[in-house]
Amino acid sequence: MIEVVNLFKEFNGQQVLHDVDAVFEPGKVNFIIGRSGSGKSVLTKCIVGLFEVTSGQILYDGRDFTSMGRNERKAIRQEIGMLFQGSALFDSLTVLENVMFPLTMFGEMSKEEMTERADFCLKRVQLENAHDKFPSEISGGMQKRVGIARAIAMRPKYLFCDEPNSGLDPQTSIIIDNLIREITLEYGITTVVVSHDMNSVIEIGDNINFVNKGTIWWKGTRKDILKTENQELNDFVYASEFLKQIRHNLG
Amino acid sequence: MQLFYHTGRYFELVFNAFRRPERFSIYWKQIVHEVDKIGVQSIGIISLLSLFMGAVICIQTAANIDSGWIPAYTIGFTVRQTLILEFCPTIIPVIMAGKVGSNIASEIGTMRIKEEIDALDIMGVNSAGFLILPKIVAALFIFPFLVVISMFLGIGAGAVVGEMAGVVGYADYEIGIQYDFKPFQVIYAIIKTVVFAFIITSVSAYHGYYTSGGALEVGKSSTQAVVYSIVLIMVTNYIITQLLLV
Repeated sequence: MIEVVNLFKEFNGQQVLHDVDAVFEPGKVNFIIGRSGSGKSVLTKCIVGLFEVTSGQILYDGRDFTSMGRNERKAIRQEIGMLFQGSALFDSLTVLENVMFPLTMFGEMSKEEMTERADFCLKRVQLENAHDKFPSEISGGMQKRVGIARAIAMRPKYLFCDEPNSGLDPQTSIIIDNLIREITLEYGITTVVVSHDMNSVIEIGDNINFVNKGTIWWKGTRKDILKTENQELNDFVYASEFLKQIRHNLG
Repeated sequence: MQLFYHTGRYFELVFNAFRRPERFSIYWKQIVHEVDKIGVQSIGIISLLSLFMGAVICIQTAANIDSGWIPAYTIGFTVRQTLILEFCPTIIPVIMAGKVGSNIASEIGTMRIKEEIDALDIMGVNSAGFLILPKIVAALFIFPFLVVISMFLGIGAGAVVGEMAGVVGYADYEIGIQYDFKPFQVIYAIIKTVVFAFIITSVSAYHGYYTSGGALEVGKSSTQAVVYSIVLIMVTNYIITQLLLV
């Protein structure tokens, strides 16, 4: 479980996040949604430690990440897997080497065991035939799946996905969504997904946190989101006239 | 204030780069790879430049000595001194700043904007160490070899061209390159080279590591890396020369 307690973040005196409280539960797909510039990416970067918080706490299963030293943080980071918006695969490494990378850096395994584990992760994302390809030789959807394979290689307890469906067609997005959901349930991981994609939210979102004006504006489940009266959230979810009309017709 | 900000951030990055590696075997592989990329792949251009510079210095010196009172071996002496004291240890690193420095800044800058550095950080890898340390170590190791190769080729080219052009014979040239030879000057040249190797790799890595934005900013970082490296090489060149030769 990840808990965010009374988090504040400022950049050069300008407050970007304030009074943020959130709980991300294990075995569930927890979403952070919000408009561009609302602060959701900053919140995610604070949670994973890419940005230092101005004040507040981030607790990984009760362990306060914000007050930890470099080495303690390193230990927590090895329990984190992250899928980036642009996949962030290493261009100079093959697909197999990308997945093996965290294992070679930190794993206490023999080369055969590492290859076996990477093989397993690639099979899990249905990419067993792409071992020797370079990231530039595979499609965006495949890159995302390699990113997921790399993220789960170290058997993480926490999985972060930053815009996992950006740039993907609707069918590939569903494949990625299902993969994230299956992996979350299978390994009991605490998954945090940052997304704009309402299809994903409705499809796989268990807990949803709507970030607006630098704070958590609304929390609930995917069922709640469909019947909420929160004006800002409705403006975000039903942004197009088409969706507004559908909602109106459904009553 | 900006100067202090960048200086502080530069030293912080260099300090982080020198932290204990997560796994020595991986860093060792990276160093070998960088030695090839930074050094071995630069031998061609450095050889070509050194050959022509040695030849040109020889002919220019001969063209400027038209007095019978000045012995012919002065040509060999001048070629040697010019190459050992300044051309090889300073101009070769300046050329390397253009070739290697821009490459380092753009490579690391692209990794930054493609979130590959964030990926390393989140995995718990010391990204500064993993990306920068092997480049620094490789450059510190290989640059002196490149400079010594450059010295030999430049002096050799001067001898061949001097003989071919009929401006100085091999015998006089040989006397010239041995005349008043001070081995410390080679040590001085290597000290300069090592310092410049550190400047080129660390300054270029700094500009790449703190790139933000997109392709335009990567290009800007690459240009800044070369400009700042060359400026620092020139300033440091003066300081080292003042300290070691005066």
